[in-house]
Order: sequence, then structure tokens, then C-alpha cells
Amino acid sequence: METTADSIVRWIVIWPLLGVLGNLLIPRRSFVRLWAPAMVGLAFVTALVAVWRLWMLPPGAVLVDHVYRWMAVGNLHVNVDLSVDALSAVMVLVVTGVGCLIHVYSTGYMAEDRDVARYFTYLNLFTLSMLLLVLADNLPLLFVGWEGVGLCSYLLIGFWYEKTENASAGKKAFVVNRIGDACFLLGLFALFWGLGAQGTWTVAFRDIEASAAGLSPGLATVICLLLFAGATGKSAQLPLYVWLPDAMAGPTPVSALIHAATMVTAGVYLVARLHFLYAMAPVALEVVAIVGAATALLAATIAVAQTDIKRVLAYSTVSQLGYMFIACGVGAYASAIFHLMTHAFFKALLFLGAGSVIHGMGGEQDLRRMGGLQVRMPTTFVTMLAGCLAIAGVPPFAGFFSKDQILLRAYEWHPALWLAGVLGAGLTAYYMFRMFFLTFTGPSRATASVREHIHESPPSMRLPLVALAALAVVGGLVGLPEHWLWGDAFGAFLAPVLAGGHGGAAGAHSTGMGPGAAHGHAPEALLMLASVAAAGAGIGAAYLLYIRRPAERARLRARFPGLEQLLSHAYYVDELYEALIVRPVAALAGFAARVLDPRVIDACVNGLAQLTAALGGGWRRLQTGNVQHYALSLLLGAAAIVAYYAVP
Amino acid sequence: MVPTGYYVILAAALFAVGALGVLIRRNLIVIFMAIELMLNAVNLAFVAFARQLGSSDGHVFVLFVMTVAAAEAAVGLAIIIAVVRNRESIFADQNALLRW
Repeated sequence: METTADSIVRWIVIWPLLGVLGNLLIPRRSFVRLWAPAMVGLAFVTALVAVWRLWMLPPGAVLVDHVYRWMAVGNLHVNVDLSVDALSAVMVLVVTGVGCLIHVYSTGYMAEDRDVARYFTYLNLFTLSMLLLVLADNLPLLFVGWEGVGLCSYLLIGFWYEKTENASAGKKAFVVNRIGDACFLLGLFALFWGLGAQGTWTVAFRDIEASAAGLSPGLATVICLLLFAGATGKSAQLPLYVWLPDAMAGPTPVSALIHAATMVTAGVYLVARLHFLYAMAPVALEVVAIVGAATALLAATIAVAQTDIKRVLAYSTVSQLGYMFIACGVGAYASAIFHLMTHAFFKALLFLGAGSVIHGMGGEQDLRRMGGLQVRMPTTFVTMLAGCLAIAGVPPFAGFFSKDQILLRAYEWHPALWLAGVLGAGLTAYYMFRMFFLTFTGPSRATASVREHIHESPPSMRLPLVALAALAVVGGLVGLPEHWLWGDAFGAFLAPVLAGGHGGAAGAHSTGMGPGAAHGHAPEALLMLASVAAAGAGIGAAYLLYIRRPAERARLRARFPGLEQLLSHAYYVDELYEALIVRPVAALAGFAARVLDPRVIDACVNGLAQLTAALGGGWRRLQTGNVQHYALSLLLGAAAIVAYYAVP
Repeated sequence: MVPTGYYVILAAALFAVGALGVLIRRNLIVIFMAIELMLNAVNLAFVAFARQLGSSDGHVFVLFVMTVAAAEAAVGLAIIIAVVRNRESIFADQNALLRW
């Protein structure tokens, strides 16, 4: 791999850093609402320049920027090194581009909030951390960014901390993430140890790739599983997804940026970045694919019964991330990143649109009290429609091409995986259009006072919606199936980094030939038809149940009693975790706080002090104040000295 | 000539009596007298050895000790007077103020 030194890369990261500093030093609304978006905008422009320079180089080139020397211990050198290759190019453009749009949107959405300065400081800090994550040239630096985004997620979810449930949601997100982070660290240590055993003391990605072959498959599997566990925490997969629905307590632009477009994709990025390691551990890849599929399907079923507009989108995010991990698991890393990109577009669009709806309805988030917004909020209506069509996988919108690539590769791996994917796609179409119809069509079910004040959002909020809608429409055209027009240009761009992981019928060189792959050249057209049919069925079902024959819903409810409740409570997983894990840990913590801390630890420290005091209390009795007693001790001392020298 | 040993034994005995007096007697003046007794015992020992060795160093030192003893007596008695005036007690054990 050709590396080219280019110091422009550090500027992508420096702009958001200046943003944070500026917001901290001048926390005035009039300043931060211009400064923060501007800094991210500059980061986006810088990223464009960097990617342009990369584009001008031959394929497989990497721009490297050695910023400074962080740790040098013996043979180990860990530096703050940033690099841009094809993979990080895609990520950095998505993060800065979508991030910039969301910053602009936030100026409108948070216009009346009291703590605007704090908000934009955190948002810039998040952007900084995420960019550090995707531009890092070695694993420890990636982990710094990883932790940073986790912190900012906590800070922003609990932004309106005066309400206890918001603070609790932030805490829950951080704690669940931490569990994943612990596994990440263990994986990192194992990798470092494994490489060190063969004499390679390094953690830079290119070096790891060069020496990974020396690791035993067993160790590689353990490392990959541990790192994937970290990814399940950050990217909200089974079993660590429970924080994401609660994270909707934060401001909606936060949900759009962090919990749709960027932070949650960090896990996918990690797996893609370390694809060569996963190639050595087929067992780990199977786990990734299966967990992804299970999550995709499970979350889709839960989304079907949600009544809060943001929760539908939250579970939708969990589900779509599952698709990305399916792609990774079958070796289609480029497809995973493709879906990551298109998902960023339409999910951010959907969240911002939901924010627009919430803003226009004065804070209402319950789908049961919406309806009839089509007329009063036309821009939001059209852009949300584009987003729903994209996520449902209706051609030629973005989601269709990316999801289709994944489903094709899943089929080649094992038809059962494909089936899970298609079922999920059908459910996705259904619950998204259920949400859409409940929000925009039919008579308004809002209270009279809310109805009076329904208004379309200001331009600062509408512009990003339109921009994202445009991307949701055309964004998929970079990754067309093999024989259409220019084919999979996106996959070709990523191929030098992801080594043979792009969608297409020629799946022979893919690393993920799993069980049941007797079908070599898959019937592509048939599969495409099946996924479009699933999308159509989903939309049709939603149309039927929510527009044409609403009475059917009551009949279904009667036929399947308890199902709605089970789904809307997300299979009571939160309650299960609460009983199995949270209560015992809280009890242990309570014990430690009430018994161990005061009675054992404090006792030791206080005991030491009391011992000193007791000893002192004993010795001070020598101070009688009576001069004759002191004279006696003088005499005894003198006698002792004389005796020492006189006695032979 | 009287053997030097006799003088030294006498000096030791006088010193012991003085020391005992410092330790046991309560009256501040008596303690002071015992201190003087100890000083003079030492003087005796010095003079005895000076005579035995035929050197006048011992005699000179005795003169020094006497001078210091006189000065010390003056200062010490002044202190005792101050203490007695303020505390109205002449006994050492009743003046034990710097105690725990």
C-alpha cells in the first residue's frame, strides 16, 4: 500500500476542535449558532479536498499524517497518526457532510433553548471524536475516538438533565456502552499480546494487517469476538441494544446525528477496518452474521408496535444496523459500508423530519395524537415520504440498492439468512409507512390547542431536510448491480481497502462462503424481485390497515391478544435485564457503599488515625510539667551513657 | 599525701547527695542548694586531680565553675522570686503547669 504524507488530514480534526474551544470561550447564542456549524462546514470542505487528493492518486493509496508521538515504550510506538484511505474517505465525508447539515438544522430546532452554547459545544466535541475514530491510523487512537463519542452520547442524551428520566437514559447508554468497551479493550490487549508474541510490537492498522497471518486462528477468533462485543455495544445489536430506544430522550438532532448516522456506525466501521482479522476467524464471522440477522428481525418486530415516533425510528436503526452486520458477516464489507452511507442519509432525514413534526406540533411525539399534517407541513411531508420510500427499499431510492446488495450476498451464504433479511425488509416497509400514514394522513387527532399552532419549520430546518432527501433519492446510484450502467462504482472504490468484498454475482472470491452456498451464481433478478415484492407487501399492508380498513386492526388485536403489548414493551427485555443484572449489581453496589466503604475501608483509615492518637495519648503522659521528673530523666540518660562507655 | 581516691569518693558522694536532693526535695530553694552542692562536688574532684597531676588546668576550671555558679545563682534566685510572687507557692510539684 502506498502511503503519502499529507498534513491536510489533521485539519479535518482541528476545525471541530476549534469549534469546541470557541463555544467554550464565547458561550453566547449569537456566536455559537454561527461558529459551530461553520467549523463543521470547514471540516467538510477540508475532507473534500483530502478525498480529492486521494482520488488523484492511484487506487490503494493512503494519505497519512503523523501528528505527534503519543507513547513510546520500549519497542512499542503509538502515535497520533491520522490517515485517509478509501474506507475512511467515505466515513469522513458522511460524518462531516451529514454532521454539517445537522448542525445547521440544530440552529433552528434549538433556537429557543436556554443552553444552546453547551449543546453546540457537545455537538462539536462529538464531531471531533467521531472524526478521530474514523481517521485513526491505529487501534488505540480509534479507541480514544470511540470513548469520546460514547461520552458525548451520554452528555447529549441527558442534555435536558433536569428531568430525571433523561439523565437516567444517558446513564443507561453510557453503562451499556461501557460493557462493550470493556470487551473491546480485552480484544485490543489480546491482539497486542498475540502480535507481541511473534515479535511485532505495533498497533497501527497497516502493520497489523501485515503481521496478522502469524496469529493462531483460535486467538484471532477470540479477538474478533471480543471486538465484535464492543461493536454490539456501540452499534446497538443484541444483547446491548437496550440503550438506543431510551436515548430518544435527547434532542432530535442528536438522535439524528449520533444514533442514526454516525456513532452507531462505529461498530460496523471497526469490523470493516479489521476485515483481514475476521477473515482468519470464520466462526466469528458466522456469529456476526447471525447476531446481525437476529437483531434486524427482532428490532423490526418491536418497531411495528411503537407509538412514539422517535422510538419507531430508534428500533428501525437497530434493525438496519443488523443488516450492516449481516453484510460484514458474509464478507460483503463494501456492501455494509454502502448501506451505512445510504442509511445515514435516509435515517438522518427521517429523524430530522420527525423533529420537524415534533417542533411543528409543539412537542407532541405520540403517533396516536398526530394525523393530517400533509397540508400544514408540506416540505416535511414530501421529504419524509422520500425517506420512507428509501428505507423501505423501493427502487430507485437509495435503500433499495444497498439493501439488495446485502440480501444477494446473504443468499449466497445461506438462504435462511436471506429469508430473515427479506422478512425484515417487509416489516421495515410496513412499520415505516404505518408511521408515515399515522403522522401525515387522515384527520388530525391532536388536541385543539396543538392543532391551532401547527406550522411548518423554519428554513434552517427545511434546508437540511431537502438536502438529505435529495441524497436519499440519488445516493444509491453509486452502487448499481453489476451489469447496469456503471455498475458498482462504490464497491470498486473501496475494493483496494476491503479486498474483494463487494456485491455482485461473482461471489467466488468472497471470504464468506458459508453453509448451503451450493448456488454459485445466484438468481439475481429473482431475488431483486422478491425484495421489491416484500417492500410492496409491507407498504400495502400499512395502507390497508391504516387508511383503507382501520377496523381490521381491532379484529387483529382480538385474534392475537397480548401480541401488541408484548411487542410494544419490546419483549420485556429491559425488565429482564433489570431483574437479572441491574438489581443484583445495584444490591452489590449498595452493600459496598453502606457496609464495605464505611465499615471496612474507612475503618482501616480511621483505625490508623486512632492508633496514632492512642499511642500519642500514651506517650504524652511523660509530660508531667514537674521539673524534677525531667531532671530524673536527665540523670538516667547520663548514667546510661557513662555505663555504655565504662562497662567493658 | 592523702590518696586522690578518697577525694574522688567524697566528691561522688557529695554529687549523689546533691542529685538526690534535686530529685526529692520539694522546696525550690532547697533544690537550688542541692544544685550548688553538685557543682561544688565537681569542683572538689577537679582540684583533687589537679593536685595529683601537678597541673594547674584543674584549678583554672574550678575558678570558671565558681564564677558560673555565682551568676547562675543570681539568675535562678530571680526566677524563683518571680515564680513565688505569681504563684504563691514555693514547691516544685505545685508549679507543674506545662503538663498534658
